[in-house]
Amino acid sequence: MLKKIATGVSVLLLATLTACGSGSTSSKDGDSGEAGEITMGFAQVGAESGWRTANTKSVQQSAKTAGVELKFSDAQQKQENQIKAIRSYIQQKVDVIAFSPVVETGWDAVLLEAKRARIPVILTDRAVDSDDDTLYETFLGSDFVEEGEKAGEWLVENTKGPVNVVELQGTTGAAPAIDRKKGFEEKIAARPDIRIKASQSGDFTRSGGKQVMEAFLRSNPDVDVVYAHNDDMGLGAIEAIKAAGKKPGKDIKIITVDAVKDGMQALADGEINYIVECNPLLGDQLMDLARKVVDGEKVPKRVVTEETTFTPEQAKKALPDRQY
Amino acid sequence: MTRGRLLWPLVALATLIVLNIAVEPSFVELRIQDGHLFGSIVDILRNGAPTLLIAVGMTLVIATRGIDLSVGAVAAIAGAIACTYISGGGDTVTAVLLALSVCVLLGLWNGFLVSVLGIQPIIATLVLMTAGRGGAMLLTEGQIITVKDPLYRQIGSGFLILPIAILISLAVLTAVALITRRTALGMLIEAVGINPRAGELAGVRSRTIIWTVYAFAGLCAGVAGLMISSNVNAADANSAGLWIEMDAILAVVIGGTSLAGGRYSLAGTMLGALVIQTLTTTVYTIGVPTNVTLVFKAVVVIAVCLLQSPRTTKMLRARRETAVPTSRSQEVAAG
Repeated sequence: MLKKIATGVSVLLLATLTACGSGSTSSKDGDSGEAGEITMGFAQVGAESGWRTANTKSVQQSAKTAGVELKFSDAQQKQENQIKAIRSYIQQKVDVIAFSPVVETGWDAVLLEAKRARIPVILTDRAVDSDDDTLYETFLGSDFVEEGEKAGEWLVENTKGPVNVVELQGTTGAAPAIDRKKGFEEKIAARPDIRIKASQSGDFTRSGGKQVMEAFLRSNPDVDVVYAHNDDMGLGAIEAIKAAGKKPGKDIKIITVDAVKDGMQALADGEINYIVECNPLLGDQLMDLARKVVDGEKVPKRVVTEETTFTPEQAKKALPDRQY
Repeated sequence: MTRGRLLWPLVALATLIVLNIAVEPSFVELRIQDGHLFGSIVDILRNGAPTLLIAVGMTLVIATRGIDLSVGAVAAIAGAIACTYISGGGDTVTAVLLALSVCVLLGLWNGFLVSVLGIQPIIATLVLMTAGRGGAMLLTEGQIITVKDPLYRQIGSGFLILPIAILISLAVLTAVALITRRTALGMLIEAVGINPRAGELAGVRSRTIIWTVYAFAGLCAGVAGLMISSNVNAADANSAGLWIEMDAILAVVIGGTSLAGGRYSLAGTMLGALVIQTLTTTVYTIGVPTNVTLVFKAVVVIAVCLLQSPRTTKMLRARRETAVPTSRSQEVAAG
């Protein structure tokens, strides 16, 4: 182990020395033959959901088309695996490291190693909690507050008169649940006649959404709109609304976030009225940022994933090429 | 004695129902819609059916001084198998039979570890609890498999006046009650739980009995898994049946069956399962804020368990001469 560290350190020292010699614009001319070719080390969280699988595929695909050599590792939801992967990327002297941190804290040491080795780091999808923001170049990911705002905006613009809303929250304490609630509430504050009558956690699952919605339909029979923090809970709510003899999308309008395939199908069928996208396909943006970072260009500290919104008509068009 | 044990879960259930009615008078409303009953009570029965079914299997396992932590994972596997098979163009009946056979096999595996290899039940079933969900995710490739099959849908959300799911659970409960109480089987199961060695000496084939109860628990978990997945027309390997083993164990304990094995009460288990589901629905109906939901549930559970403990019972009995009966029920309401 000590030996490994020693080799690692000496390799790093050498890398730094040569880097100093050749100037900071392109420190990697030495190990890649063609000019402009980039090697990226990507440490993925795992494969815990369909969203994540789509995320992985997108990164791999975009690397291929952008001509980036990708070294990919799957951490199986463990931080120690991710740290190991990042260390090995440092040893292999990749040009840029990208990763989605499993947890928020505990990254300072390994990120400092990368910084000393002059390898830029890009965070994707999830942020790290660190006082030193020079440890990474940029954070590329969704803005959950904005997603909530988009949902709220649609509601404000597309309804008239008093509206009774029930909210299906994500897992209590999860960042997307907190932020999507916040953004939504901020936007609907403009219309005092829009009222959130009830708000409970459906744990981001279909059965959770269905059970909570059943109870809501009893305690608030006059509900007009359901705002669900993800598609799956919305799909569960559709089942509950149907069982109560009402028409989802007509009698009760439904707004959700995510835009996974099943959700888009329901939107195209008119059972969901509006979906705010939470995009896992950030591969192209990542490759673009990686090239800029390696070329020494300045990039913003926070880059929001390109995300759109879908109405039923747009969903019908987008559905055939939906990958996830 | 049995009546005494069932008193507090009954009181808890009644209190929760009264609380619901107080907040939402339409709670007890029942109407016929599309040819079946419709209302909050019906929802509780339908959503509580999987927990009840698993709890019935768990009661027998616990009566043999065992425990089965793998039921949630087995439920996820059942849903994953059935939905993957159906979405691959398979026939519904075959899918259900296939899923249930696998679940019985998994139950047999648990039974084998416990009865033949003599591994402690909590460890033996922990293996499948962890590995099983992984297996289910492998099968579904980490995706949620959606199926549109009218027949499959019936298991979890169909109705024959009452929800089919609760009819299945009650049928199983009644069958188990008849089989174990009208024959000597129940007594033999209790004998294994109270003292396996003594039972063995008296001629009880404890190995076969243990093996049987784990296989049965696997079957119950399988059917429950089909209910859960059919209720939303999808198999979600990640979250289907998550923590349901804890709910089932809790239902058994609230029902007055001791985790130390031996005497068990199926009626108690049924009450326990109903208390748990009513509790969940109450949280939604009366609008408990999400961040205190777990605390609210914990308080109710602790109250019921405390009231049931032999020591509290003794203390209450000692005070009975001085206390007026009504003041006791108020204590529960406050708790």
